[in-house]
Amino acid sequence: MNNIIDFQHKMAAHCENGVTGNLLRFHGIELSEPLIFGIGSGLFFFYMPLIKMNGIPVSSFRPLPGVIFKRVTKRLGIEVNVRRYKNKIRAAEEADKLIEQNIPVGMVVGVYDLTYFPPAYRFRFNAHNIIAVGKENDTYYISDPIMEKIEQINSKDLLKTRYAKGTYKPKGKMYYIKHVPETYDINSAIVKGIKHTCREMLNIPFSYAGLSGIKTLAKHVKKWPNKLGEQKAKLYLGQVVRMQEEIGTGGAGFRFLYAAFLQESSQIMNKPQLNEISEQMTEVGDLWREFGVEAGRIFKNRYPKSNPYENIAELLLKIKDKEEKTFINLNKFIKNI
Amino acid sequence: MKKEDVPQYDNNLLNGIREIQYAVDEHGNYTEVKSPGWEPKNIALKQALFLIDEMIEDARKQVLNGKKSPVFFYMHLKQMDLNILKEESGFPKFILKRHFKPKIFKKLSEKTLKKYADIFGISTTKLQTVPKKTVKALEYNFGFKLKN
Repeated sequence: MNNIIDFQHKMAAHCENGVTGNLLRFHGIELSEPLIFGIGSGLFFFYMPLIKMNGIPVSSFRPLPGVIFKRVTKRLGIEVNVRRYKNKIRAAEEADKLIEQNIPVGMVVGVYDLTYFPPAYRFRFNAHNIIAVGKENDTYYISDPIMEKIEQINSKDLLKTRYAKGTYKPKGKMYYIKHVPETYDINSAIVKGIKHTCREMLNIPFSYAGLSGIKTLAKHVKKWPNKLGEQKAKLYLGQVVRMQEEIGTGGAGFRFLYAAFLQESSQIMNKPQLNEISEQMTEVGDLWREFGVEAGRIFKNRYPKSNPYENIAELLLKIKDKEEKTFINLNKFIKNI
Repeated sequence: MKKEDVPQYDNNLLNGIREIQYAVDEHGNYTEVKSPGWEPKNIALKQALFLIDEMIEDARKQVLNGKKSPVFFYMHLKQMDLNILKEESGFPKFILKRHFKPKIFKKLSEKTLKKYADIFGISTTKLQTVPKKTVKALEYNFGFKLKN
């Protein structure tokens, strides 16, 4: 089977936004990356000291992989098919069948065996999203939002990435759009997206998720140097900065992307108030950037003051306060709409 | 963040790609800006990569000192842990740990050796030894040299 789908590839900051956006565009719905991110409620915060990867506590600025595609399509009334395959051969055959019918196929893959990926980013990370847009002999054509153009990978390597081992196994998960409605209500989708994010950031009664997660992180950061020693404290802090600025956040742990979403929504819905909240969110993002700069100084042993970890914990609390105010404003606004 | 403030710190970690960042232009409107990197983030990423290299080097030394078998070294070299190796090989963890012992490793069947060699993507001859010199994971696995 040889078929290459005529597919318009666009880069994105975040892989799942990018894949969702590129699939929607193929089916005739053009939405910007910020809109997809916001409607899909892609903003989150999570700090879980009990779960460790390579001995370092997990923190995250995004929800679990897969939810953005699911929420966006649901909120726009789009019919999709999402499934996993126990049988690898079947997983490959089903993808081929779809490509043959000119249907681009979204896939969840691990990046370690993704041969075209930037080598320094090839970790055992299993929640990357790509779209298979063609096959020619043994080569698949891949639209990967991180890459500037359509890439290629051979069928053996692709299958390996689809069945990558380790944390969050993709298990051959693939997805595609079945049917797109004639009309959809973008305003209602935006409102649903915002409500969901406000709820997750403000109201989860669990001190590791949402804004209270940032507070818990601040509390712990202060103790790291005494508890862990200088070297390990740096690794712990480095992990937070990595998650905040990893390829795909669009900067500042998705906060700029979210501000861009609020700005665009303000125009679509003709609500100037949302633009004001967007400006507040930009300031929150700037503070997260400042946190990155300060952490960078700690990494390089160039922190100008004594007690760097106490200072950086203070900064985290400042971020939390500012972000909380912003979300309270957003929550009030969206409830009265 | 303003458009002109988006960091353009190139350390070639993205291998020539420039990623998308969101920033505001002179009219306060959000726009996409491409960036090859940012110093604090690059340091944090390299920290994580160095940590992997340290673990590999530690494993290599343990093999040379006769404390561990090459399986232990190649597991680290390929960024695996016991969980991943368990899933790849189908062996339970206690069996894997036995295979990490040099004495037991020497007695492994051709079939088992072949299994490990395939998992690590090397030959069974190569599996018998570890490199004489320190290896850097990115260079060894992907032919990519990290800039300092």
